[in-house]
Amino acid sequence: MTDEREHLMILNDEEGDLTVMLTGDLTLPQASALHRALTELPTNRDARLDLSGSGRFDTAGAWVVARARQRFAAAGHILTITGANDTTDSLLGAVEDAMPVPATRPKPRTGIGARLDGLGRAVASGARFGMALTGYLGIFLARLGRSIRHPGEFRLTALVHHCHEVGFKAVPIVSLMAFLIGVVLAFQGSAQLRQFGAEVFVVDLIAVSVLRELGILLTAIIVAGRTASAFTAAIGSMKMREEIDAMRTLGLDPAMVLFVPRILALLLMLPILGLIANLMGLFGGALMAWIELGISPAMFYTRLVEGTDIGHLMVGTAKAPVFALIIGIVGCHAGMQVESNAESLGRMTSNAVVTAIFAVIVADAMFSIFFAQVGI
Amino acid sequence: MAGGDRNTDEIVISVRGLRNQFGSHVVHENLDLDVRRGEILGVVGGSGTGKSVLLRTIAGLQKPTSGSVEVMGVDVLSADEETRTALEARWGVMFQDGALFSSLTVRENVEVPMRAVVGLDPEIRVALADLRISMAGLPWNAGDKYPAELSGGMRKRAGLARALALDPEIVFLDEPTAGLDPIGASAFDELIVKLSRAMGLTVFLVTHDLDTLHAVCDRIAVLAERKVLVTGTMKQMLKVDHPWVHEYFHGPRARAALDAAAE
Repeated sequence: MTDEREHLMILNDEEGDLTVMLTGDLTLPQASALHRALTELPTNRDARLDLSGSGRFDTAGAWVVARARQRFAAAGHILTITGANDTTDSLLGAVEDAMPVPATRPKPRTGIGARLDGLGRAVASGARFGMALTGYLGIFLARLGRSIRHPGEFRLTALVHHCHEVGFKAVPIVSLMAFLIGVVLAFQGSAQLRQFGAEVFVVDLIAVSVLRELGILLTAIIVAGRTASAFTAAIGSMKMREEIDAMRTLGLDPAMVLFVPRILALLLMLPILGLIANLMGLFGGALMAWIELGISPAMFYTRLVEGTDIGHLMVGTAKAPVFALIIGIVGCHAGMQVESNAESLGRMTSNAVVTAIFAVIVADAMFSIFFAQVGI
Repeated sequence: MAGGDRNTDEIVISVRGLRNQFGSHVVHENLDLDVRRGEILGVVGGSGTGKSVLLRTIAGLQKPTSGSVEVMGVDVLSADEETRTALEARWGVMFQDGALFSSLTVRENVEVPMRAVVGLDPEIRVALADLRISMAGLPWNAGDKYPAELSGGMRKRAGLARALALDPEIVFLDEPTAGLDPIGASAFDELIVKLSRAMGLTVFLVTHDLDTLHAVCDRIAVLAERKVLVTGTMKQMLKVDHPWVHEYFHGPRARAALDAAAE
């Protein structure tokens, strides 16, 4: 190929008339070299391009020739093609007909203005997203109210099915997670507290942190990962295949059929999962405290009942319904945003998980501030 | 309609004794087929007769149970990696819904095959991609769009642009006009004829569309009873008295297409 480049053209620069002869293949691999060579031609007079000595000729070759002709035409001169056979001629004709209009693509804006523009759009879309979520909360509450007034429309079978999926099937992973967190807390707590000879306070440490914060927060995070993605995938694939539209045409309300059983199942199941997590966390902590510090289960129990206020459990459990609503609404909303392609389904599913976890943590932080202010 | 003078007798695709079997379900048995250089061959057959399977087998996407497939003198099934890669650059495949890479714009999709060409400047590659897009009959601003933003017909055109990016000698089209409105379908028919004539393409076309068969195909191959039952021009097809073939080419839809073509 490299050798061929030198033989690409012979210039016959006779009096006033420029003849260029192309030799060798005029195909895609040679297109760059050929284009460069033809760009160097002076366009200050008419010229002839002789193809009679050329080899294979493809669309790329035709493009190069067509570009050269355009360049001559722009300079007010003519590049005549000679020696082309029928196939070359027809290809050249097809390419010249299709030569794209020189693109007048708008230049992307740069600078401070564009950045401010981007920031503004991001803030606006964030606000719109928040409003959309609030809207979905409203829809859910309205449909829930409707199903209380018209119990016949409520889908009990679906609710039981989703309770099974969301709650029962999550028990093993939630239990294991909470047990391990209890173990870790006891282990780390005992290492620090031993320095002050205050080993027994490890019970308070475990009880307060598990009951008040970690039990429900980590359960919510696990459920967000499991369930928000499942909701988005299920609703999103129905949206993708126009099943949601089909439901609407059949007089079924997607919010009633799809959202209410799912979110309600989460509302019922998340507090229970949180309680299971609390129990398992305390169990793991007690076990580790016994092994590591010699605090017997009986002693752990006594200290737990005496030293830990029931308020901690209340605070923890009170958050569960809020987390459940957040996870359910984020999951259902993301599912409804899926467009008609598989890529958006994947994108919305991972968005749902990230948003749900983030929102749960933000809500938890707000709860902490609130409870600290009211002094519970 | 057939550009008979352009067709040489050189055989570019030769299938012999092909057998495709999925589990106990035999799709092809002892199937023979020849495709000549420069012709547009339409493959028809009822649903489930393995038209797409045949296309996929010839294009090397599916290994047959037995038989031989020779494309431009190369045995597709036993060729080594290097020969196959060289061969694959000489054919293009357009899948039913375009099969465009959804994370790339249309222009980037068309550029993909050209990226493998050594010594091609990026600006020229972009310009050539724009040319293919325009030759496939898409508006100039379609290059910046993502496949999801295009209509079905535009996706097919973009798929064709990508299949033709390396100026292949053979192009395989799987149901090119399925799901298009009649105007879009006949425009696509015209496009196939125009491009194949301009670029000297051999076209292997799987279709259900009788209008396409009339408007585009030089020869027709009918798949039935697990093999290529008959091949020939439209005129010859009308004389075949096999019940399915007769029903296919003499049914009410066929007659309407025939009348339309005769006008």
